[in-house]
Amino acid sequence: MAKRIDVSDLDIYYGAFKAVEGVNMTVEPRSVTAFIGPSGCGKSTMLRTLNRMHEVVPGARVEGKVLLDDQDLYGPDVDPVAVRRVVGMVFQRPNPFPTMSIYDNVASGLKLNGVRNKATLDAAVERSLKGANLWKEVQDRLNRPGGSLSGGQQQRLCIARAIAVEPQVLLMDEPCSALDPISTLAIEDLVAQLKEKYTIVIVTHNMQQAARVSDNTAFFNLAGQGKPGKLIEMDSTQRIFSNPSEKATEAYITGRFG
Amino acid sequence: MSESSLATPGTSFDADLTGGRSKARGAKNILAAVLVSACFAIALIPLAWILWTVASKGLHLLLDINWWQQSQRGITSRTDGGGAYHALVGSLITALACAAISVPIGVLGAVYLVEYGRKGRLARAVSFMVDIMTGIPSIVAALFVYALWVTIFGFERVAFAVSLSLVLLMVPAVLRVTEEVLRLVPNELREASYALGVPRWKTILKIVIPTAFSGIVTGVMLGLARIMGETAPLLILGPYTKSINFNPFSGNMAALPTMINQDRTESLQPAVDRTWAAALTLVLLVLLLNIVARAIARFSAVRDR
Repeated sequence: MAKRIDVSDLDIYYGAFKAVEGVNMTVEPRSVTAFIGPSGCGKSTMLRTLNRMHEVVPGARVEGKVLLDDQDLYGPDVDPVAVRRVVGMVFQRPNPFPTMSIYDNVASGLKLNGVRNKATLDAAVERSLKGANLWKEVQDRLNRPGGSLSGGQQQRLCIARAIAVEPQVLLMDEPCSALDPISTLAIEDLVAQLKEKYTIVIVTHNMQQAARVSDNTAFFNLAGQGKPGKLIEMDSTQRIFSNPSEKATEAYITGRFG
Repeated sequence: MSESSLATPGTSFDADLTGGRSKARGAKNILAAVLVSACFAIALIPLAWILWTVASKGLHLLLDINWWQQSQRGITSRTDGGGAYHALVGSLITALACAAISVPIGVLGAVYLVEYGRKGRLARAVSFMVDIMTGIPSIVAALFVYALWVTIFGFERVAFAVSLSLVLLMVPAVLRVTEEVLRLVPNELREASYALGVPRWKTILKIVIPTAFSGIVTGVMLGLARIMGETAPLLILGPYTKSINFNPFSGNMAALPTMINQDRTESLQPAVDRTWAAALTLVLLVLLLNIVARAIARFSAVRDR
């Protein structure tokens, strides 16, 4: 079920402003790909184009191609809502729905898309919470509000919610930046397990995290304020962190800037 | 910038920190505390006074069960007895008819402004119009509906016409409150829903509005409480009657403000008592709506624990 992503000649705009320029990359199925780079380099923007969340912002648009297996996500007949059912997303700050219980949060994607069968929902909730390593902690309080959990648990709840709809790709936008080190470790372990089923793309500011969890790493950079971000280099994580081919990458990962 | 001046050793920051606060500052503090408390007390005086006056003169009639069950039919200003049932029912029917029209328009208008219009030209125009509507005096709204309902269409003066003029007052109130609470719903929740492949309309219906629900209900209740006491539309469009009428589309219908107005100029004791009792009934009705609004807000509010 995991799919491969091919991006070719992608330019991303907010209105007249070009935020990201000329990206070409391939994301392998059943692997973890990390996007790293300094703030404002467009890595989050790039991530959001992969499930068309980018265009939720008024005036945002892209030029170029994003292929999911062989289908162009930006083709004329493609419905962005359908794209997001296939490409799920986890956000920087945990955002469980405050009006819903833990159970309803996990089931929300299915329920809101018309699934009514109780047995199907029960099974999906249990499977997703187990998949997010949260089942043991919440199985006896599924009717409590999602907001009653700790920050790390809430983020795993959001991951459970995202995988409940069985996406083929999972995008994670700095999923640990609001969490403490122990919760971060739990999420990282989870990412390592999830990659057996899903294609994962993760944006992170934490280079150790990129080195720990990812198979491939893409380094983004921008030439200066107001200039578009660019993909500088993409390679296996091991190579990026030991022997990158670009000077800028080496400078960034060794902490000489950014 | 100023960092260096703050951190320079041996300058003003070596000052004695143990000395007590100066007398002048202590006196100012006491003065300010007294002033603020006095203002609060003064603001409360008229409220307490009104409540006391109305309750002391009208409460004894409210304690009679007939007050809540009978109309004023066949009762003159010389005779005791009768009740405010006709006016209470009339006020509630008029307000409910008004709410049935205002709430959908107000809530959907706010959804348009927050979720769809954003900063577009139409949204700004609507927002501007709502600002103007908020300031329309109730008598102007009533005259407008009179011109439309009676002069142009040639209909009778009925309770529904009163409701229509109240709609002009309630829509901006509901719309503004709903707009504010919808803006308070974090964008992250909308994005979380979109990212699950939920379409926009469903996101608004199932995520955004439920999250803002308690705020919307509070706004509606407070809007209702406000229009319940409006009198000008009743004087112009809703003639008083002493009888019970459940039909807002035909015949005269009483309301609490017009019941108060009815006996206002009488000097005979039974009529005077009824005036105060009707006033107290109106105050209690508005109070009840406020309490219900707060209760709903508390019990439907988003809970963390």
